[in-house]
Amino acid sequence: MDRFSWSNGLLEINETLVIQQRGVRLYDGDDKAKLDVGVVLLSTHRLIWRDVKNHECCIAMPLSQILFFEEQAAGIGKSAKIVIHLHPTLTNKEPGPYQHSKYSFIKLSFKEHGQIEFYRRLTEEMTQKRWENTPVSQPIPTGTGSQAGRTRAVGIVGIERKIEEKRKETDKNISEAFEDLSKLMVKAKEMVELSRSIANKIKDKQGDITEDETIRFKSYLLSMGIANPVTRETHGSGTHYHLQLAKQLGDMLQAPLELLSPEDLVNACKMFESLKLPLRLRVFDSGVMVVQLQSHSEEEMIASALDSVSDKGSLTAEEFAKLLGLSVLLSKERLLLAEKMGHLCRDDSVEGLRFYPNLF
Amino acid sequence: MSFEWPWQYNFPPFFTLQPNVDTRQKQLAAWCSLALSYCRHHKLYTLDVMEAQESPVFNNKKIERKLSMEAIQVVFEELRKKGNLEWLDKNKSRCLVMWRRPEEWGKLIYQWVSKNGMVNSVFTLYELSNGDDTEGEEFHGLEEWMLLRSLQALQTEGKAEVITIDDGKGVKFF
Repeated sequence: MDRFSWSNGLLEINETLVIQQRGVRLYDGDDKAKLDVGVVLLSTHRLIWRDVKNHECCIAMPLSQILFFEEQAAGIGKSAKIVIHLHPTLTNKEPGPYQHSKYSFIKLSFKEHGQIEFYRRLTEEMTQKRWENTPVSQPIPTGTGSQAGRTRAVGIVGIERKIEEKRKETDKNISEAFEDLSKLMVKAKEMVELSRSIANKIKDKQGDITEDETIRFKSYLLSMGIANPVTRETHGSGTHYHLQLAKQLGDMLQAPLELLSPEDLVNACKMFESLKLPLRLRVFDSGVMVVQLQSHSEEEMIASALDSVSDKGSLTAEEFAKLLGLSVLLSKERLLLAEKMGHLCRDDSVEGLRFYPNLF
Repeated sequence: MSFEWPWQYNFPPFFTLQPNVDTRQKQLAAWCSLALSYCRHHKLYTLDVMEAQESPVFNNKKIERKLSMEAIQVVFEELRKKGNLEWLDKNKSRCLVMWRRPEEWGKLIYQWVSKNGMVNSVFTLYELSNGDDTEGEEFHGLEEWMLLRSLQALQTEGKAEVITIDDGKGVKFF
């Protein structure tokens, strides 16, 4: 059934209707097609089928797609059928009701008979192959109605074609992007290996390397996100700590992908506060980022809120938000927290809600 | 001497009832102190709640802040709990402000009495509050109802006895 394309059912120039038959149901291979009973039309060029109830549901297939066909006699409770075996789909096929089909044949089920005559005519057309002599012209939309019935509306088909093209393009882009990602993963692996070897060298040459160099290397490792493997204490507790942390992060982030880019991780961490999770992402001046418990950062927030308010004398939530570059909601939360802890007090008047350092 | 406002009076948050419990406690304590010292300075013994809202105590025009009616009631209730305020009516529209409690007055009066060797003497209330001898004393000019309470407080302590003299009241000190 994936050989069919949507059609407006109008015959092209040089295309002639040969025979049509009502009461025909289509089959995708051995399965009933997801279409109702309709009318099948045989033209010199195509096999067309149209839904009886919904005339806009109309599909067509060039006769050149037909490999061979055979009759299937009626049985008890079963209508007579014509089984049509098909060539593989053309690459430039227009979209149709089926994207794919595991079958390379269809069946026409004649519920209201007519299969004998249809079969005869089909045989004729397949023998004569009149479509080869008079190829139909490409559809040219015309504005005038003088060639009524001849012009082919681009409309829905055009849109569908565009969608299909876009989909193919997107597919291609994604594949290319993942190509890059795969390359990046390879590079990342190299980097990890490199840093490990450096770390080992440090370990081995502990005596030869100056403390300053060691510190520098350690900081490089830290900035690459690799725990310092040199000190036994950190290594031992480090991995365990990281394991626990990783588990928690895994639970929390519940990443559906196997691969989680560092960028995604950081962006996810930036959302801790707005998601009301008890973790916070903290960025040091050096650029190093850590995830820390909220309570730890709460103290920092309160201290900073108090600083800002004291500095300005008093602040509203809006003013504080502007100062911090945070949403008004979040900055108000911080002010309220500082108030709760007794560091700030409020001034509620017709002028609005303002926070002052708690001088009481 | 003009009344000296405490620093809180010019601190806008002072006029907002603080949600933080600890902060509120400190705030109310400051309000009680301010209300009482203001009344003492101006020798006010009664307050009308509606008038109070417009009085400079609860309404600082300079910083454009005033205590809400709800907050004023909270402050008054606090004063009442401490024994410095008494409602005159069920609607809580008027109250007596005792910026010095009866016991404290009684103590002052008794101090004066014993200092001047007048224990065992009898005084009319008028003599105590308005007599020449008491001029210069803090309790001079004390309103009668307050004086009476103060003496009643001393009476409870066994240091005095309120008696009736002619048409009025008097007191004997022990």
